Amino acid sequence: MASPQLVMYDEEFKQINAVIDRLLREANSKVIFLVDKNGQLITGCGETERFDTTSLASLTAGNIAATGGLAKLIGEKEFSILFHEGEKDNLHISIVAGRVILVVLFDSRSSLGLVRLRVKKASEELAGIFGRLLQKSEEKEKSGESEFPFAEITDDDIDNLFS
Amino acid sequence: MSFINYASREINCKIVYYGPGLCGKTTNLQFVYQKTAPEAKGKMISLATETERTLFFDFLPLALGEIRGFKTRFHLYTVPGQVFYDASRKLILKGVDGVVFVADSQEERMDANLESADNLRINLTEQGYDLDKLPYVIQYNKRDLPGIVSVEELRRELNPTKVPDFEACAATGDGVFETLKAIAKLILFDLKKGR
Repeated sequence: MASPQLVMYDEEFKQINAVIDRLLREANSKVIFLVDKNGQLITGCGETERFDTTSLASLTAGNIAATGGLAKLIGEKEFSILFHEGEKDNLHISIVAGRVILVVLFDSRSSLGLVRLRVKKASEELAGIFGRLLQKSEEKEKSGESEFPFAEITDDDIDNLFS
Repeated sequence: MSFINYASREINCKIVYYGPGLCGKTTNLQFVYQKTAPEAKGKMISLATETERTLFFDFLPLALGEIRGFKTRFHLYTVPGQVFYDASRKLILKGVDGVVFVADSQEERMDANLESADNLRINLTEQGYDLDKLPYVIQYNKRDLPGIVSVEELRRELNPTKVPDFEACAATGDGVFETLKAIAKLILFDLKKGR
């Protein structure tokens, strides 16, 4: 298949949240999201309740996919940073470890320079965590050890979803 | 690919509605949106032109409930059907877990159906997927219109691998949920198998 399945475990989830919580403070930003390249929201921190996070995740991934397509057309591998400037709020979007998207929303209390600097540092940490995560899920898969909840799934379970 | 989060106990899957221009992909999503309880759905996003033709994609997140203590979410996407939007179509297939092919039953759209079905196979191959191994269902839409091709013929032309197929009229909603349920089922069983 095109890319391995993303699996998230408790331990790494906590580490990731700690990194973006710190980034939120150090970059003076309002909201931070981590999104899978396929458009699934992984986690977020800050004033997340003010936003439609699911839509934001899907549109961000669409945005990254579209600019990635543009990059290939001009012979670039990808554009790893996107910046959208608004009247009040700005979006800094970057690709971490080639597969997750880090979105930082900030206003005039911060600056592009500060956000870029802090994002760079946090990205390295996040890349390390996602690397370990991938390794872990591969190992679990190889050893056949899995707490996968769907092994026992039945027709009725699925029918119930639509009732 | 689906995203399994053990920390928040969630499973997210991506379903893509594919098919020729004006076959009713967006209408399928609109009907699902209308008929789903507010607490189970998010906002529907349509990136469309001023004439309401899909430009990039439509997106509808559904949170259908729990299976074995895991929140099960489906993200429904449509592709732009018009031939010249091929670059955008490829992007939307990234990370797909299951495909619904919406065919237009009208006689004059048969060529467009076949072209789009070929295009689906090619674009999936480019992304490293094999349509024959992916959860896949077909919907024969617009069964209420005059001048339509028989289901037998549609089946012969568009469904050689005999995947689950459904007759539908997306505008009134006939067959829409049957189709969605079928693809959801295939995806969840596929997840189960893959483990």
